Amino acid sequence: MSLGQRVSTDRQLARLLQIGVVLEEVVEARAYSHLESLSPDERAELDEEIAELLDHAAEESAEHRARLESLVDEMDAETVGYDEIELLVREHYASNQPDDFDGLLYDQLCNEETAYKFYDDLIEAIEASDADYTVDEELVLDTLYAIREEEKEGVEEVTAIMEDRE
Amino acid sequence: MNTADQYLKAIYLAQMMEDGPASTGTLADMLDVSPASVNEMIGKLEDRGLADHEKYKGVELTDEGIGRARDALQTYCIIERFLANVLEVESYREEARALESVIDDTVAERLDTIIDRRSECPDCFDPEADRCECLTAEGKAD
Repeated sequence: MSLGQRVSTDRQLARLLQIGVVLEEVVEARAYSHLESLSPDERAELDEEIAELLDHAAEESAEHRARLESLVDEMDAETVGYDEIELLVREHYASNQPDDFDGLLYDQLCNEETAYKFYDDLIEAIEASDADYTVDEELVLDTLYAIREEEKEGVEEVTAIMEDRE
Repeated sequence: MNTADQYLKAIYLAQMMEDGPASTGTLADMLDVSPASVNEMIGKLEDRGLADHEKYKGVELTDEGIGRARDALQTYCIIERFLANVLEVESYREEARALESVIDDTVAERLDTIIDRRSECPDCFDPEADRCECLTAEGKAD
């Protein structure tokens, strides 16, 4: 057991970045499957703002995923079958959809908040460590700061839409 | 998972293994910290009503402490199972121990949505083997 929140080895850092990739995969798959699950009538009824939000969330997650993957690629880490994980995530979500638009927004809010918390904890744990990683620490932190900021904006966007609907 | 939750989980598992109060020595070994650090944290857990400590006997969790410990164990099970079944990590136990302090329970909840965990979790956790008894040695679920 490792007490204290710090990332002390290369392997730990690589694994946490891989977990970040999977979390982004979850957000992306969930946003797309929400859109795909709607009937034509529901789509017509769907607020343009919500449709844009889901589209944006999916695109942004794909971009975050690519940035995290490129960091992992620079490290001497075991490869992970992301294609299989993508399938797994989509299978789990196909049978697990929110009932209405408010449920959908709430789910999206949880996604963004969870991702924000993950990057915030990861940044803190890297900053608390004296370890030398094989990848440039400054590059890792700059990437994570930028992603965390976008997750924060995502939380604010969803919150604003939820407040408008009240 | 924060440090207090890691202690609660360790006490819960030590109580299961020792079939009674958990000794400071056992907890120090499990957490890889000094007995003095264990005593200091036990004092804090007592102040928060999560544990009772009796000199020469050991520490026992209160009902509230047991609830928190079981939540922490569940988070740990999610991390182990995610590493073993999704990322296919062979040394998932070692890696879960190394990562648990950085993974928050809300993050674990999201990871939980793509793994198949038994409804009896965390009762299927084997404290001696340090893993869910439904996970095989190859890292695949039964």
